[in-house]
Amino acid sequence: MTDLTSLTLAEARKGLAAKTFTSLELTDAHLSAMEAARVLNAFVLETPDQARAMAREADGKIAKGDAGPLAGIPLGIKDLFATKGVRTTACSKILGNFVPTYESTITSQLWRDGAVMLGKLNNDEFAMGSSNETSCFGPVGNPWRREGSNTTLVPGGSSGGSASAVAALLCMGATATDTGGSIRQPAAFTATVGIKPTYGRCSRWGIVAFASSLDQAGPIARSVRDSAMLLRSMAGHDPKDTTSVDIAVPDYEAAIGKSVKGMKIGIPKEYRLDGMPAEIEKLWSEGAAWLKAAGAELVEVSLPHTKYALPAYYIVAPAEASSNLARYDGVRYGLREQGKNIIELYENTRAEGFGAEVRRRVMIGTYVLSAGYYDAYYLRAQKVRTLIKKDFEDCFAKGVSAILTPATPSAAFGIGEKGGADPVEMYLNDIFTVTVNMAGLPGIGVPAGKDAQGLPLGLQLIGRPFDEETLFSLGEVIEQAAGRFTPARWW
Amino acid sequence: MSVDAVTVRRIAHLARIAVRDDEVSHLQGELNAMLAFVEQLSEVNVEGVEPMTSVTPMEMKKRQDVVNDGEIADDIVANAPATEGHFFQVPKVVE
Repeated sequence: MTDLTSLTLAEARKGLAAKTFTSLELTDAHLSAMEAARVLNAFVLETPDQARAMAREADGKIAKGDAGPLAGIPLGIKDLFATKGVRTTACSKILGNFVPTYESTITSQLWRDGAVMLGKLNNDEFAMGSSNETSCFGPVGNPWRREGSNTTLVPGGSSGGSASAVAALLCMGATATDTGGSIRQPAAFTATVGIKPTYGRCSRWGIVAFASSLDQAGPIARSVRDSAMLLRSMAGHDPKDTTSVDIAVPDYEAAIGKSVKGMKIGIPKEYRLDGMPAEIEKLWSEGAAWLKAAGAELVEVSLPHTKYALPAYYIVAPAEASSNLARYDGVRYGLREQGKNIIELYENTRAEGFGAEVRRRVMIGTYVLSAGYYDAYYLRAQKVRTLIKKDFEDCFAKGVSAILTPATPSAAFGIGEKGGADPVEMYLNDIFTVTVNMAGLPGIGVPAGKDAQGLPLGLQLIGRPFDEETLFSLGEVIEQAAGRFTPARWW
Repeated sequence: MSVDAVTVRRIAHLARIAVRDDEVSHLQGELNAMLAFVEQLSEVNVEGVEPMTSVTPMEMKKRQDVVNDGEIADDIVANAPATEGHFFQVPKVVE
């Protein structure tokens, strides 16, 4: 029998249906792989007992012919999703040993459809980071290394544990969240597929909040088809999230293999940055050529406010974070540090519980919202956001079906290599992905090639609101042309 | 715009984060780096532009004003660092 961990989710579903193997066997294979890969630090909590119990239940349902669309499929869950009775920390000391008494909407839908939980995945603290280095559990290792080098690289962030675990074949897919690029950037760094759906497509209920107007959950998976299968279970209207949209969830998988003939694909000239590495430029033209060969028409488009997306993001996101994170006060849950009075208790708890990056963002957010600065910073940033969204609307109004860009400005880098002196150096990682969050649009990251050092690189496709299906059709074309990439095992 | 040490302390207090004296100058540098980065927004002409309030064009949904959850006091205090019965404990607030 082939190694069960090397299957795609779609292949595993077939094998389970044909009773070639059981969910318990599939789950055990992944639990063993997780154990052997602890050096990657992708999981912050393994839940083998729960996994086996869920697998047995799935096997029972499969035997009865009563299986949900994800029956028996072992998944990893980003530690930002509340899981009932299972520690959920957002990888922050301030949540300590928080054990939710409720289940997030997205994970409850995955369990409804029969999926199996292997454990909780590492991420940047409160999803604030682009390298998974801000986690209170320490950094995550990327299963990919530069050719001929033993240096451990970051898997990207904030969904670094999700990306690393999927790439290292520790789970068949993972939940992730994306506020400025936290699904698509780690997917690009690890040769996995990640989709951030349209804002409102997935419920945010039960996900630890970072910046509520930008946060959106989505899957990281081994193939475009796998990501479509996962998104179908994750998406859907939820009365408990007022920003969740009441639109029927299509069968995303049906979009795979659909012809892209005649589709207009925009190539935005503002994404051609000065000093962009030649290999990124080359990858981008290759991607365009693949889509053209499949019958799409390529057109140059302009998104004039692109360069302002990242600075506007670094006002809007910290502002919302400072408000969302006000709840961590040492009173109702999590860490408490004593103080002479209640104010000191708050201040000591938050100084001790939040890591450096979170403290920095909460402080900048507090500043841009404070009296006298609100108009100059926050209000201006929200106006710029309107202009960024309008750029995309103008482009789509000209008949463009989707926009093709590089996913990241570089391949994965080493732990400790970036952002030490100037936090902005790290923020620039999200330069191609953040516009999509600012405009609330769907974006998919698909592996497309490797750089000269053998590290994976990805392309991004940006779609119209609620047209994830087109992204799956186009993503499949890129995947078919580029092939799939698996790291050589060193752990 | 940039922040001085006094402003850093004021922001920290507003954000309810204790800051040690030896952290102030480092934080000041980082906050100023971020402020310098966002400064480029001042070159955008935003005259007559509406600030974004909702990224998806949808009406704010309203639910029925009815009780639909409750009687879960045990759950609410389950993760609290200090409780007495169904109350959160804090240092004395009123003299």
